[in-house]
Amino acid sequence: MLQGISLEIAPRGVTAIIGPSGTGKSTLIRCINRLVEPTSGSILFEGRDLTRLNARELRLARRQIGMVFQEYNLVERLTVMENLLTGRLGYVSAFNAWLRRYPPADIERAFALLDEVGLGGFARQRADSLSGGQRQRVGIARAIMQEPRLLLADEPTSSLDPKTSVEIMDLLRDAAARHGIPVLVNMHDVDLARRFADRIIGMSGGQVVFDGPPAQLSDDRLREIYGGEGWLQ
Amino acid sequence: MSASNPAGSGSGAVREPPFASDWWARAGWLLLAAYVVYALSTLDFTWQRFVEGLAHAQKFLARMLPPSFEQWEAILKGMKESLEIAVLASAGGIALALPLGLLAARNLMPAGVSWTARAVIALCRAFHPVIVAIVFVKAIGFGAMAGIMALVVASVGFIGKLFAEAIEEISLKQVEAVRASGAGFMNVIAYGVLPQVLPRFIGFATYQFDSNVRNSTMVGIVGAGGIGAPLFVAFQRFDYDVVCAILLAIIAVVFVCEVVSTRIQKVFAQ
Repeated sequence: MLQGISLEIAPRGVTAIIGPSGTGKSTLIRCINRLVEPTSGSILFEGRDLTRLNARELRLARRQIGMVFQEYNLVERLTVMENLLTGRLGYVSAFNAWLRRYPPADIERAFALLDEVGLGGFARQRADSLSGGQRQRVGIARAIMQEPRLLLADEPTSSLDPKTSVEIMDLLRDAAARHGIPVLVNMHDVDLARRFADRIIGMSGGQVVFDGPPAQLSDDRLREIYGGEGWLQ
Repeated sequence: MSASNPAGSGSGAVREPPFASDWWARAGWLLLAAYVVYALSTLDFTWQRFVEGLAHAQKFLARMLPPSFEQWEAILKGMKESLEIAVLASAGGIALALPLGLLAARNLMPAGVSWTARAVIALCRAFHPVIVAIVFVKAIGFGAMAGIMALVVASVGFIGKLFAEAIEEISLKQVEAVRASGAGFMNVIAYGVLPQVLPRFIGFATYQFDSNVRNSTMVGIVGAGGIGAPLFVAFQRFDYDVVCAILLAIIAVVFVCEVVSTRIQKVFAQ
């Protein structure tokens, strides 16, 4: 499905992937933390080829890679605090995790992050009682809890209304910048990508057809990515 | 025009009928009906037999009343033992069914593991608890131990199967998110899987406890401990007033346990 893709992602800023549905944006992102197994090729992260890691090494690598999902993927029946601490599960033993015994520093950090994403006071609320925008805020905080070296976001605003989408992208960009985490995000909203990305990668038919700053993304280029004309008017 | 013409031939195009007719299903129903008639004819299941039986039932019921609580100490001891059998069997059954059900879930486990676990669960469900109880009585002797083990087997079969099915219906998106954070297998289970199935698991467990309370009154009939033994003896001696007292005691206990398990479910409901 994906073929001949060669990309290098900058260690800072927001890189957005755009392209028509079914072109493999999601697959590309999921190949990085191997939620989807690539059949060939290599993915270098921190000097190691992610595609060659065994199960344990993959687990350790995943701790360095945060992920934000389109449908938030919070554990619905757990509290906001428990969902945030999910970001630390790679570091906590099963016994301690089961008893909710986390290092005090993790708890501190979780509370600070809740304030940062504007959900102070929500710690003990259950995830299924939150609105879409609030859930995605928790999703972002959970990913940052990992103190990752890379943040993947798979259509983080596609389930949200336009206003909330902008707020969430704002939060994602600013929080990542504040914590010094590069963001790789795929999205189908071209205007949002233009507004928030430092670099845009256009994909079509499983291949990269555009790669450059938002300013270079002309109508001609968009036509190349998405095909057709009518929708551009 | 075409509405009055069922074949639709008058108005040109012939449409297919809106609902497909399934001849296999029809044949199946017909076969079932024929078999029911046949079975009735062979088993002497007649109205006359029923009316004759009514007179007998009347005599039987008359001898049951009033219930005799003279042997209340034996009844109390038997009920206590039955309840203990039920509680211990439920605890043991739940403890075993939890990991077994997890292993049997096809969406989390490799095929080899889940099929093995499924086979064990199926084996546990193959026989009625009374038959399992007979086996254990023969194997380890009379007494509550045999009853407990028989009901543990029944509990594992029931809870294990339903628990595995509940796990197979969870949202894998939530599991995926926990996995993506680099969590190990046990942590994925604890945070991604169990929260999703806990209320249902509690439901199955309390339901099985109810069922164990009822079954624990029965395993005594085959010598596996509990109130069943005195009940069986009373039946054989035609002490129907004692039978009635024991039955009332069982009803009371079963009722109380239902109330308790409903309470437990409410605590974990949401």
